[in-house]
Amino acid sequence: MRRKHALAGAATAVLALVLSACGGGGGTAQPAASASGGGAQAAFNAAVTGVFNPSTKKGGTLKAAHSADWDSLDPGDTYYGYSFNFGRFYWRTLTMYKPGPGPEGNTVVPDLAESLGEPSEDGKTWTYKLKSGLKFEDGTPITAKDVAYAVARSFDKETFPHGPSYLNELLEWPEDFKGVYKTPDVDFSSAVEATDDSTLVFHLKKPFASMDYVVQMPMTAPVPKDKDTGAKYREKVISSGPYKFETNEIGKRFTLVRNDQWDPTTDPNRPALPDRIEVQLNVNADDLDNQLIAGDIQLDIPGTGMQPAALGKVLPDPALKARTDNPTIPRLWYVSVIPDTPPLDNVNCRKAIMWAADRVANQTAYGGEVAGGEIATNVMPPGIVGQEKFDQYPSADNKGDVAKAKEALTACGQPNGFSTTMAFRADRPREKALAEAMEQALARVGIKLTLKGFPASSYFSDYAGNVDYVKKNGIGLAGHGWGSDWPDGYGFMQAIVDSRTIRDAGNYNLSVKNPEVDKLIDQASAELDETARAKLWVEVDKKVMEDASILPVVWAKSLLMRGQGVTNVAYNEGQSMYDYAMLGVE
Amino acid sequence: MTAPLDVSGSAAEAHPESVLAGAGKAIQGRSLTRIAWMRLRRDKVALAGGGVVVLLILVAIFSSPIIAAFGHPPLEFHQDQIDPATLLPKGTFGGMGGEYLLGVEPVNGRDIFSRIVAGAWISLLIGFLATVVSVIIGTVLGVIAGYFGGWVDQVIGRIMDVFLAFPLLVFAIALAGVIPDQGFGLEGNGLRIAMLIFIIGFFSWPSIGRIVRGQTLSLREREFVDAAKSLGARNGYIIFREVLPNLVAPILVYATLLIPTNILFEASLSFLGVGINPPTPTWGGMLSEAVRFYTLPHFVIFPGLAIFITVLAFNLFGDGLRDAFDPRAH
Repeated sequence: MRRKHALAGAATAVLALVLSACGGGGGTAQPAASASGGGAQAAFNAAVTGVFNPSTKKGGTLKAAHSADWDSLDPGDTYYGYSFNFGRFYWRTLTMYKPGPGPEGNTVVPDLAESLGEPSEDGKTWTYKLKSGLKFEDGTPITAKDVAYAVARSFDKETFPHGPSYLNELLEWPEDFKGVYKTPDVDFSSAVEATDDSTLVFHLKKPFASMDYVVQMPMTAPVPKDKDTGAKYREKVISSGPYKFETNEIGKRFTLVRNDQWDPTTDPNRPALPDRIEVQLNVNADDLDNQLIAGDIQLDIPGTGMQPAALGKVLPDPALKARTDNPTIPRLWYVSVIPDTPPLDNVNCRKAIMWAADRVANQTAYGGEVAGGEIATNVMPPGIVGQEKFDQYPSADNKGDVAKAKEALTACGQPNGFSTTMAFRADRPREKALAEAMEQALARVGIKLTLKGFPASSYFSDYAGNVDYVKKNGIGLAGHGWGSDWPDGYGFMQAIVDSRTIRDAGNYNLSVKNPEVDKLIDQASAELDETARAKLWVEVDKKVMEDASILPVVWAKSLLMRGQGVTNVAYNEGQSMYDYAMLGVE
Repeated sequence: MTAPLDVSGSAAEAHPESVLAGAGKAIQGRSLTRIAWMRLRRDKVALAGGGVVVLLILVAIFSSPIIAAFGHPPLEFHQDQIDPATLLPKGTFGGMGGEYLLGVEPVNGRDIFSRIVAGAWISLLIGFLATVVSVIIGTVLGVIAGYFGGWVDQVIGRIMDVFLAFPLLVFAIALAGVIPDQGFGLEGNGLRIAMLIFIIGFFSWPSIGRIVRGQTLSLREREFVDAAKSLGARNGYIIFREVLPNLVAPILVYATLLIPTNILFEASLSFLGVGINPPTPTWGGMLSEAVRFYTLPHFVIFPGLAIFITVLAFNLFGDGLRDAFDPRAH
């Protein structure tokens, strides 16, 4: 497992060298990127391999900006990676990702809890012990009851529509429980209970091994019941972390200042360097990039990378490029090959598509090797715990193998090719470019593709994710993308390869309908041994590739820029962006 | 005898009517069309517009041989021309040169020249045929309203008002979004083109309809119509033999002015992603892709220029045509 990561790291380093050679940047910049991360010597990918500009200096103001509005600042009502990441300034959860760079960033460490969760023998009960000395910003102690209450309040998806629903599905909720506001008297201790002030117990419906990853999400950030204002809590969140809200103008800006009730001795994970954090919302994305380049803004909150307009400016300029990092993030862009649509019901016809696709053209369509990602050969991206890279459909230069594709077509009984339709999200230029690249590549073996664009907002509810629509309109291929909620096999794969998740509409699994895959998923999610579990997920990955129902395109990469004057910058794999809680200013 | 008319003389240019008063040879009767043609011939701007229009039509018709001679197939990728990191063309000025006349697109390196030439065909096809649709509907309803008057006129007039007040773009977006893949014996983009022609044509007929109705209204009261009526001619005869021939000129003029509007409309729909499906090149679609790469001016400029020149040429020609047929409309 480690070895794989080391290999991926080496590949990145080689890429970095090649790129810096292209950009005319001197090879001397490279040593600075080594693990020591010494000093503020700027170099491409310096914050991926180590901590860039390390510092323990406290004080100063960190200026951050967001190109849109926050989904919600309420820990029970938010589901964006940047929010999970940034929120750790003002909330603490049972566990959290280990701060800092490298593969360890994927592992979880205790935060509010004294240690990681203890599963029962059958994997259906998980117990967490809280540390002592934890306090809210008003000085009242944080108890297990506050965490249990926070979990229970996040159950109500009408009041809190944004948050993840993992705990809704995993825990043994009472039949008549409709949330803490609608049914305040119902006892929810069958799902989550505080057996004393420092002990929290989760009761699950079925064995589940990845609980430590689920409880690092902000549903477990404590909320004091007497201060809870339901949907309005987002306007005045009570802090449990090192910072608290000074001002909060929803949709415009907010400011965080130090929380004097936070005790650093209970929290080895957060250095809490700046005195003040100022956040502007709804800044134009291109403008944000320009301000980040100029130094007026120090942190681009969404953390998904720079806009295409900025790439043309940053990449050719060695000085600007040295301020950027180009990590691979746990997200796969892919094409679903839908077995409901003849002749794709025949596995050989699906394999023909795997062989015929031009991976380089697909990668370019998705933004190229820097802004787009690394060519994907299987489903699980690097960065997922235990991921193995394998290639069942290799071809010279990754341009596709026309001869093998024709063999597969003959085996499928369609030696001259066939016609089918590819769906894509019309408002996503990269997905449109991908569809065009597929059309060109498949035409080489006689597979004629008709392209059809749909609005992204109803793509899964009405079109590609709607079983009836797909069947009626003969959609054979569909552009798709998936990111993991936590970096293990279940967190990444389950939602897109388990055929039992398929409903009439709103599906995210568009194409994997294989009973053998489902069987392996059940085995994997009940396996409590981490190494054995990771192996089983690799088996799932291999089975899906044999089934040829997912054509991987790229494992996404993002181009992040380090702000001017920001210290202690490191890319964290668990957050898949810079570790915001570590940052400081000069 | 004396010198024939000096057409290039300034006097003649300022007063086209003096043609009619031309001294010399026995005065011969000139038809309205002929007079209009003489006026048009002296309108240099309109002629230039007309010339460009003819050129565009020729380009559209002969797009395949032109692309074969000067470019690459419009759907062909040339990723060797693209910098894999920035996805921008490697060459200077967007890769412009002898090989790629107007440069290549970012990302997949398709030949912009070929795509613009191929796009001309779609734009003009939709512009022309949609205009034909609206001319047919507009003329039929306009003549009926103008000729019969009374409640028929009232009803058709209100329908026109409704259509003119209709939020056309919004409706077209909704409609174009739900066009199925197959229908009416067509499939894929063939069906989409047919639907776009119908949608655009069906919603832009009232402008023609109003003109036709007004003209018919005045023609109906003219002496030759009265004469035909008193001789016992039926309505059908009068409409087809007496009224319609006199409507040809205004219809021609306004149809010419409607074509660029329709071309723009198709471009807007393609720009919004509800027009023709990719990878078929359209000017509007190219423009919408180019917006993402505004640091790369050539990609925005050429499709924009193509739309601009086409619309301008049609408008100049149409204006000239109108002036020629009806100088008082100045």
